[in-house]
Amino acid sequence: MTTAARRRPYGVKGAPYAFLLPAAILFALFFALPIGYALYLSFRKVHVSGLGLGSGARNEVWAGLENYTDALTDGDLTHGALRVLGYGCIVVPVMLGLALLFALMLDSEKVRLAPFTRLAIFLPYAIPGVVAALMWGFLYLPDVSPFYYLLDKLHLPQPDLLDGGPLYLAMSNIAVWGGTGFNMIVIYTSLRSIPAEVHEAAKLDGASPLQIALRVKIPMVSPSLVLTFFFSIIATLQVFNEPTTLKPLTNSLPLTWSPLMTVYQDAFRKGDIYQAAAEAVIIAIATLALSFGFLRAANRRQKQEAR
Amino acid sequence: MSSLAVQKIPSAAGTTGAAQDRPPLRRRIALVPTVTLLIGAIYTLLPVAWVVIASTKSGRELFSTFTFLPGTGFADNIRQLSAYRDGVYWKWMGNSALYAGLGALMSTCVSAFSGYALAAYRFRGRETIFNVLLAGVLMPPIILAIPQYLLLAKADLTDSYLSVLLPQILSPYGVYLARIYATAAVPADVVEAGRMDGAGEWRIFTRVALPMMVPGLVTVFLFQFVAVWNNFLLPYIMLSDDEKFPITLGLYTLLEQGSNQPALYTLVITGAFLAVIPLIALFLVIQRFWSLDLLSGAVKS
Repeated sequence: MTTAARRRPYGVKGAPYAFLLPAAILFALFFALPIGYALYLSFRKVHVSGLGLGSGARNEVWAGLENYTDALTDGDLTHGALRVLGYGCIVVPVMLGLALLFALMLDSEKVRLAPFTRLAIFLPYAIPGVVAALMWGFLYLPDVSPFYYLLDKLHLPQPDLLDGGPLYLAMSNIAVWGGTGFNMIVIYTSLRSIPAEVHEAAKLDGASPLQIALRVKIPMVSPSLVLTFFFSIIATLQVFNEPTTLKPLTNSLPLTWSPLMTVYQDAFRKGDIYQAAAEAVIIAIATLALSFGFLRAANRRQKQEAR
Repeated sequence: MSSLAVQKIPSAAGTTGAAQDRPPLRRRIALVPTVTLLIGAIYTLLPVAWVVIASTKSGRELFSTFTFLPGTGFADNIRQLSAYRDGVYWKWMGNSALYAGLGALMSTCVSAFSGYALAAYRFRGRETIFNVLLAGVLMPPIILAIPQYLLLAKADLTDSYLSVLLPQILSPYGVYLARIYATAAVPADVVEAGRMDGAGEWRIFTRVALPMMVPGLVTVFLFQFVAVWNNFLLPYIMLSDDEKFPITLGLYTLLEQGSNQPALYTLVITGAFLAVIPLIALFLVIQRFWSLDLLSGAVKS
């Protein structure tokens, strides 16, 4: 063996770490460090001595679990969580139901205009949540909306879409509109990877297209359904852009509508970064618990079905 | 890859045989799927169509005419929007292009390095590193954004272009996609052959692996471009100088002011219309040689 040949394995050994270095540095600086800092801040508070004037009157001290108990008993965060839960119960099933429906339709035989409709349904993916909320927001405004114009002409009741119960529907509609296309593509991609023989066999057995969809296709794409469900839960819990954008259009949308909005308010309007950090940590833990709980439940079911 | 869907149409149109054995219409065109998809398309295109039409209306027309009739004020609206605060709107568009373009480019490079390392080498800690990077997807953006803001404030970097660019370079989903594409597109024996020829690891990556990974990397670039272009929370937290705003944040502040002055509504609507053109154009152009399916990690066999 020459020296060059002996040196080469060493170079190969170090190479993957060298390639991963930029990602590692960015991860440390913009993921690990901020998360650690947020955790640290969540256990701190400002102690004000005397009138809080002069230097040294405001000290950062340990707060124990005070920020956490405050966050959980204060009401804003828990009310926001309940709102988002209700919102999620509409958004996730409707969005994924539509995504699955469209994907199955795209995958069916003799369908016309598939390339056009596929692109059209996917289009909202390219539109920022702020712009989507803005467009729908105007369509919800009685003064400018064509729907209200029609309702008015037909002498039908005109519901206020930006208040109370309808607000949930209005908000959910924006998320469904924005998210269906991407999920449709994910499910459609996995439908396309089913071998043609499987359909053919079912067809020869006399199965109708509906039966093939329900008994063959849907079970075979269930891994991608689990994946889309998983990411939809995460995205729903973190809703921020749409309610924030709708806020200027209505007075009945509180500034703490979603948990993330509460965190923003506490951090930047009230200036209590400690409280905000604790709330952010709670949201992160809740997100992880919910999404992994779901994944485990889904895995267990799949194993049972395999048996 | 969209060719399959296209190929179905000729067979659906079919060759028309003699009149008596011609199958009924619903047999030749699958009516239910086609109509369902058309309804879906109408639903998604409806608000876009409304914005296009509403952007042609003058302020007075917006509140008075039937809202699916075009108005007469399009050129005027664009002139007003361009004149608003000395053309700050176009500054926002430029900023968004800069954040998304440069950010996605850097993100693609980092994803390519990492994805290639995770796909082409076997080394200690590989799966751990991959899983830790992926866990980043699960972190609510706000748990990152607030401490990022506070930490960047200590480095005196908030309210700068860097404060929006830097936190978005590392994309867990981009690394994930790049790894899938690298695994599928770069055969191990090709890398091994390069080593036999005495090429260094960097040379093998740039000359052999990178060209093979290009279609996948285009996807990573697009994904990240859209993610940065659409991002609102991070710039909302980081920036206060509206000269540095991206378009999402700019439109939001415009809308916020519009809540007291409905006269600004026409500007907001025209601004929203112009803001969706670049990304839609990008997708229309690119889908001729790039498939949507790649976005979900599908790999051509």
